[in-house]
Amino acid sequence: MSDRRIGVYICHCGGNISDYVNVETVRQAVANEPGVVVAKTAMFSCSDATQQEMIQDIREQNLDGLVVASCSPKLHLPTFREVARRAGLNPYRYTQVNIREQCSWTHTNDHAGATEKAVRLVRAGIARTNLTDPLQPIVIDTVPAVLVVGAGIAGLRAAVGLADLGLSVYLVEKSPNPGGRVGGLGAMYPHGKNGRQLIDRLVGEVRKRELVTLFTNAEMVAKSGTIGSFNVKIRVGGKAPGEISVDVGAIVVATGFDNYQPAAGEYGYGMDGVITLPEFKKLLDGTAGELEYNGRQVKDIVYIYCVGSRQQGGENPNKYCSRYCCNAAVHASLQVSEKSPRAHQFHLYRDVRTYGKYELMYNEAREKGAVFCAFGRDEPPGVASGPDGKLVVTVRDLLTYGEELAIPADLVVLVTGMVPAANSGLTELLKLPLGQDRFFNEIHPKLRPVETMVDGVFICGTCQGPKNSSESVASALAAVSQGASILKKGYVELEPLIAEVDPQACDLCGDCLNTCPYSAIEQDTAAIRINSAQCKGCGGCAPVCPKGAINLKGYTDSQVKSMIDALLKEI
Amino acid sequence: MTNVTSEGKDFNPKILAFSTNNISDPGIDLAGSSHLHYPPGVMVMSMPCTSGIKPEWVLYAVEKGFDGVFIAADGEECAYLPDCAERTTHMIKRAQAMLQQKGYDPQRLRMSAICSVCAGPFTSQIKEFHQTLKNLGPARKE
Repeated sequence: MSDRRIGVYICHCGGNISDYVNVETVRQAVANEPGVVVAKTAMFSCSDATQQEMIQDIREQNLDGLVVASCSPKLHLPTFREVARRAGLNPYRYTQVNIREQCSWTHTNDHAGATEKAVRLVRAGIARTNLTDPLQPIVIDTVPAVLVVGAGIAGLRAAVGLADLGLSVYLVEKSPNPGGRVGGLGAMYPHGKNGRQLIDRLVGEVRKRELVTLFTNAEMVAKSGTIGSFNVKIRVGGKAPGEISVDVGAIVVATGFDNYQPAAGEYGYGMDGVITLPEFKKLLDGTAGELEYNGRQVKDIVYIYCVGSRQQGGENPNKYCSRYCCNAAVHASLQVSEKSPRAHQFHLYRDVRTYGKYELMYNEAREKGAVFCAFGRDEPPGVASGPDGKLVVTVRDLLTYGEELAIPADLVVLVTGMVPAANSGLTELLKLPLGQDRFFNEIHPKLRPVETMVDGVFICGTCQGPKNSSESVASALAAVSQGASILKKGYVELEPLIAEVDPQACDLCGDCLNTCPYSAIEQDTAAIRINSAQCKGCGGCAPVCPKGAINLKGYTDSQVKSMIDALLKEI
Repeated sequence: MTNVTSEGKDFNPKILAFSTNNISDPGIDLAGSSHLHYPPGVMVMSMPCTSGIKPEWVLYAVEKGFDGVFIAADGEECAYLPDCAERTTHMIKRAQAMLQQKGYDPQRLRMSAICSVCAGPFTSQIKEFHQTLKNLGPARKE
């Protein structure tokens, strides 16, 4: 029997769990497990109220172990460890059991099966908790410096923000000049400000700050170390090429996006007069008077939306909405209305997403005479050459009962979206996970929006997914806050879940000594030891020991075996 | 509730799946977030790295009542060990030899590389493994 005092909380997750798992059945099935003294269900375990209740239970019931069965530990392991800590319970005596992503959500078709599985998983969590020891985190001093990769609007703003918090910044830009995509833009929505000027001002701010060092023609080529203390090699090209080595505590990735490039023939792309939105924007920004294309006055413009976005099929379909392009196309249309008030403009869309206040821009475009026609996703418009050197766009307009329209056009603008920037080298170097859309993936879009699976590496701007410039800046500032909150403290606490050697079982055979690439296993005449600052906690050495003398804390022999027993226990 | 170790057409294999905290467990989470279905007899235990799995655990799991063990490995993506795949493969060979010695079919242990967005591949692999185990029948003959 156990003399432990464990509290178990089973979460409804508002229905995300309890719609499929009978949480009360689970509670009853685990309430009498060894060591359990409190077993409760909660509508939202992560709510302040439930956290308070847990703290109260821990204190009043003198609990020495905590189990929360809720969502993935990726989401709330830190939350509940913090609850334990606040209540005076060692955070490493907390176990999170995932009964949402790995149970209720994946067995929505089998409520009985999901409930039985949840019981087994919670019992395993309790079994593990019974064998937890209080541990102290490994404390590492942090370097008060940040590497920012990419000097577009997000990277520049992040650099300014970090410097203003007193952190040194190495800002690395691959191209010869800072500014990124926004640096190439004229008037931008919704404020009408000039992109080039915005960037110039921001670069001016960067130059004012001695803490920021900007490297152009430069690339990160190597990275070692962990959160708080990375060593990074930067290869600088240009006039004085060379390699620079810097120490930083965190890395902010702001490498931006690429424009979707239509294939030849996609909506007539390649024909004279068929251009992409960025090409059109360049034409607009470079035109002072009436709009001309190839020396010809532009009288009729047709916009085709969602080119390269929200694709249904194909080899690597871009299923996502690129978010910025509806607004950018409507804004371009307003620019046209100013330069060529008599031009006819037709917007052929699948759905218009001029979200929030950008709706005003959409209304203004309509008031100024732009015509909006909707096409079905199975019936994309066709582009062909017509009489008088014009193009003809055919479309079945869903807003006029499926009327077939043939619209003559001087220019067809393909409203192209964003695609992930081609930087596989960086992905490889930083080991950053990619999401389904092949942009860099955050841990959670709402709860941890700029953090990645790699501790100390943050993402912001469009390298994470389509955003407009103000959204990019907002995420850059979020990355600043996250990064600075770690580095300004001066130290980070790392997981103490590292390997340990049982001196009783170890016969000093030395088989383990060469298995650790981090040189964390050390031997002197008396014993083999693990160097806690070097050990990364992978456990790779544990199966190597012929005597079974090495265990990874949190994943020990006895913990794993007791979890297996608990998973298999009769229901 | 059904007795899942009983033989016959209702036999519903129990699978212990080892995943990794940073790579394959997020992939398995994504299967859930995407509401992809696989049998509830699959239970996941997450570790830092699959090269830390002791072969004895595999044998223990099968002897105690799991019908199969699935290793959702990091493949080449492991952030800890450059030779993670090799190490895990070596561990699997040792574990399979142990299983065989005790009279269990080595097919009861399977490894596959599951990445952090491999929701679909995990689901299809685990279902296929589930079917293999169904054909093999329960590991423990009572």
